[in-house]
Amino acid sequence: MKRGFPILAIVTAVLLSFALYEALIGAPTERSMGDVQRIFYYHVPSAWTAFLLFFVNFGASIAYLVKRRPAADIVALTSAEVGVVFLTVNLVTGPIWARPVWGIWWTWDWRLTSTLVMWLIYVSYLLLRRFSSGGQAPLLAAALGVLGALCVPFVYFSIWFFRTQHPSPVIGGGGSLDPRMAHVLLINWAAFLCLAWLVCWTRYQLEVAKRQVEEAQSLESLLEGSR
Amino acid sequence: MSFLAVMRATLAKDLRLEWRSKDAINAMLFFSLLVVVIFSFAFEPTAEESRKIAGGLVWVAFLFAAIVVLNQTWARELRNHVLDAYRMSPASANSLFLAKAFGNFIFVSVLEALMTPLFIAFYRLGAIGPAWELLPIATLGTWALVVNGTFFAAISLRTRSREVMLPLVLFSISVPALLGIVNATTAVLTGEESARFWITLLVAYDVVFTIACLLLFETILEAE
Amino acid sequence: MTYLYAAYIATWVIHGTYLAILVRKYAKIRREMESLKK
Repeated sequence: MKRGFPILAIVTAVLLSFALYEALIGAPTERSMGDVQRIFYYHVPSAWTAFLLFFVNFGASIAYLVKRRPAADIVALTSAEVGVVFLTVNLVTGPIWARPVWGIWWTWDWRLTSTLVMWLIYVSYLLLRRFSSGGQAPLLAAALGVLGALCVPFVYFSIWFFRTQHPSPVIGGGGSLDPRMAHVLLINWAAFLCLAWLVCWTRYQLEVAKRQVEEAQSLESLLEGSR
Repeated sequence: MSFLAVMRATLAKDLRLEWRSKDAINAMLFFSLLVVVIFSFAFEPTAEESRKIAGGLVWVAFLFAAIVVLNQTWARELRNHVLDAYRMSPASANSLFLAKAFGNFIFVSVLEALMTPLFIAFYRLGAIGPAWELLPIATLGTWALVVNGTFFAAISLRTRSREVMLPLVLFSISVPALLGIVNATTAVLTGEESARFWITLLVAYDVVFTIACLLLFETILEAE
Repeated sequence: MTYLYAAYIATWVIHGTYLAILVRKYAKIRREMESLKK
């Protein structure tokens, strides 16, 4: 596993650079929005990556509830953290795109609102982890991970219906995609997936090391206490 | 003891304790009254407008008041080591959970029943749509809040700042339920649209989350 | 056009901040490991 890491890092760097080039220069300029539309190539894959990571969190939470293996817990923690990072990117690039194109920083359209709620759910998951004391944190977090994931389809569906009843300006509207743009989009997604994998791997190793240190420290204080 | 017997016993105990002290109900009533008064400074709607926003105002007030009662759901049990006793007894953890959830449901429903005439008076409310629909809406919505709230209250028991953790975690997960209940109420009050979609959503949400909480509660209770 | 660059820069600032946090955590763990070895 250790050997794969530098290879992944190089692949990620190459892909990201290539994807960036494609996004800024290679992709055709959009007719109505102009170059600002290129934000789309970072905005959308970030969301897709975040969704995937949260799905991993769901799986890891269930795995932990069933098997109670620490590895599952660490995967859950890692995927939630990195997922929140990618979703934050999505939530920040969204308004930056919306402002020049639609003249508004924010609107309560269904995609933005649902994404914000999902972000809140997983931030609350991370806060629960931070605020719970040691031993039970994995179990409680796993429960919240499962409930949070179950909630996500409800969030999207209910807000979608709400906004179909009460339409407000739609960000990143529908319409078909030029195949060249779809191509660039997928390249950027591939690059982000590699980045996500790389960062998750790093965070995972970090957490493993952290837990080993904590265990060693508590062992040491136990030994000192008995002297 | 059978599942139902344990549940009934726990529920009866909680209701009796509450009837004697009336702690929770008094706190909730006063709190929601305060919220209503504060809202009146922010919103001074005409009868026409108030029908559009009353749904949201009322349910926000009930939500905050529900947090008051949810926070103390398990506090008594924790103080008297009842939870440890439950863990050691052969009684099903879910009988405890359902007893607590029903107890909270009753408390919040009583609050709603008491506050509704006040809201009608303060906001000059009258339903244009089918008013009877408000009963299933309130029932489904209250259950959605209470079932998740009771579950998360048990989770936040083992956290620092547990009074903060509960609303923090509950509010985000409850968004679909809140959306459903507010829009359903507004739909009935304004009569402009049908509440049927929202009621269906609330039913689906209630079913999914009740089952999920029941499946997970034993695990939470065992966590030490 | 500045919005385009702002979005891309913001993306990397966010990723960079998270990575910086990870690096700092790693340094802390390194220090603790050293002190444990003694």
